[in-house]
Amino acid sequence: MGEITLERPYSAGVWSRRRTVLIALSMGLVAAFAASLALGSVSIPLNNIVTILMGGEGARASWTTIVMNFRLPKAITAALAGAALSVSGLLMQTLFRNPLADPYVLGISSGASLGVALVVLVTASAGVSLFSGLTLVGDVGLITAASIGAAAVMAIIAIIARRVRHTMTLLILGLMIGYMTGSLVSILIHFSIPDRIQTYINWTFGTFGGVTWSQMPLFSAVILIGLLTAYWVAKPLNAFLLGETYARSMGVDVRRARIGILAASSILAGVVTAFCGPIGFLGVAVPHLCRILLRTSDHRVALPAAALMGASLALIADMIAQVPGGQVILPLNAITALIGAPVVVWVILSRRNLRESFSA
Amino acid sequence: MILETHDLSIGYTKKTIASRLNLTLQAGELVCLLGQNGAGKSTLIRTLAGMQPPLNGRVLLNGDDVRRLDARALARRLGVVLTERADVGMLSVHDLVALGRYPYTDWMSRLQPEDKRAVNRAIESVGASELAYRPVSELSDGERQKVMIARALAQEPALMILDEPTAFLDLPRRAEIMFLLRDLARESGRAILLSTHDLDLALRTADRVWLLANGTLTDGAPEDLVLSGAFASAFQSEGVSFNISEGAFHVQRPQRTPICLSGDGVTRLWMARALERAGFEVVDSAVDRVEIITQTDSARFRLHYAGVLTEYESIYALIAALRDNSGVVQTS
Repeated sequence: MGEITLERPYSAGVWSRRRTVLIALSMGLVAAFAASLALGSVSIPLNNIVTILMGGEGARASWTTIVMNFRLPKAITAALAGAALSVSGLLMQTLFRNPLADPYVLGISSGASLGVALVVLVTASAGVSLFSGLTLVGDVGLITAASIGAAAVMAIIAIIARRVRHTMTLLILGLMIGYMTGSLVSILIHFSIPDRIQTYINWTFGTFGGVTWSQMPLFSAVILIGLLTAYWVAKPLNAFLLGETYARSMGVDVRRARIGILAASSILAGVVTAFCGPIGFLGVAVPHLCRILLRTSDHRVALPAAALMGASLALIADMIAQVPGGQVILPLNAITALIGAPVVVWVILSRRNLRESFSA
Repeated sequence: MILETHDLSIGYTKKTIASRLNLTLQAGELVCLLGQNGAGKSTLIRTLAGMQPPLNGRVLLNGDDVRRLDARALARRLGVVLTERADVGMLSVHDLVALGRYPYTDWMSRLQPEDKRAVNRAIESVGASELAYRPVSELSDGERQKVMIARALAQEPALMILDEPTAFLDLPRRAEIMFLLRDLARESGRAILLSTHDLDLALRTADRVWLLANGTLTDGAPEDLVLSGAFASAFQSEGVSFNISEGAFHVQRPQRTPICLSGDGVTRLWMARALERAGFEVVDSAVDRVEIITQTDSARFRLHYAGVLTEYESIYALIAALRDNSGVVQTS
């Protein structure tokens, strides 16, 4: 019951809860980031990591190399990618008023994978040898192919979004693009050689280890722009919680807001897919966790919370994929799904009314 | 004059629903839009709200064409409540009503003192103060509808348009919402237009009725429309007729058996209703008759039917006996 009728205590209570959650998530992110630098096939003490990060030398020379050339870029990539996918998922769930929408619902990863499949599978059968090895993730050619594929789908969606009255049409369109590219990829695989198929499959596993220092400025700049754009549309996103008709009646320029939301979401999902491969489940699971933790759908707090939690979970998933202490590396996508699938199941089962559990 | 239309034609490219409408809405007025399903109520509402282009003519809101106002300017003049039950996710009542300040706030939707006052005023005026910090998802349908109205009020519009705001509510809640809206129109000086199927409530609460039937719109006080017969003809359909003396609809039954009823007061009134429901027509003299015997604290009912006299303690028992004894009741 509403015993609390005064505004002060309520606002204070709600905002302190929101602040507490954001602070806890920030600390979680710092801890996950530090752990991902320290843990791996070689454990490096934290004080050494601090020294190395400050520009000094580690207790062993190899540690400096490991941290600076491998773990640091990988951790930054994981954090940025996790934040990007989670924010992208939150945008899609609100825009489509659908609890199961994820960054890839528009077919962006399908576009990227078709691009990659064309390069990897077709160039091989045409006798062109673009690649020297089998572990090509992070390769400029693949990034370009994935970017072009994702961008092509985004362009199609953007053109159609300007004409379509109802957002649900876009959702169906995205699904159809997914089916079509999926079958094209199957055909390509059918006519390809095992080596190339292996390369393609490795790409679909996803990794945070493919972004080099020289690619980092581009990667991080695009993601930061996407995240800022997402925060910029927080206000219309809140209005979209009531649906497009109400949003319009409250003064939202629906067409412009929709393009802004789609652009931010597509860019975030597209750049991550291009550089890291299609990474599933973070985008669908993190927004639910955030809303449950915050007890509000207010995007002004849900967006930063999703970014922080997504970054932490991506780092943790990557650490698990490394199998600490071992030499085996598991496919990243398998780990995110292992974390993500139970979360989605739990969300669905623990809510009396599914519609209440998500933003719309 | 808050709203006026000039030679407005509404409908779709292939089908004109109504044309040459010259309507006005005054400040402080509650107007009910009535009409059968498919008469075009929603189309008219959507056109007036600028959600759908008119086939012809213009809709002027405070003197400006609604199709030319940008979304933000329109939202400051017009608040809308839709039929559809909006699932709003995890928001408190206060947060939801505060969304109504959208056209006034900055890009972070920070509430300035006047925004906070408007939000609190809106919540108070629908009587939802004690709900203010409850999650919207926990509210009943009636409470939720009040909150949606408060959200529209927070926009501080000159005109509020509500599309069947009482559609999913139970009867007491419908009356509550209708009287709430009437008071809001009076007290806030806003014009309120709503469409409804609740003829009875509309007749009691509306300052004016727009009756949409067969492509024409009749405009007037509810009483004018009743007396002119416009009301009866708009809702005339097989088996149902509008009783002008009772202000209510009746289902017609063919071939009623005459029966005489003696007695007086409220008991007689309700006995007559029961008999009519059972297929009898209460007349001044007939072979069969019902007598009401008033006692100090209760009444008994004596039935002379087919030459037999029986006595009952309740209306139900008497009607049940009639049902058993007469083929008339069963076949009607």
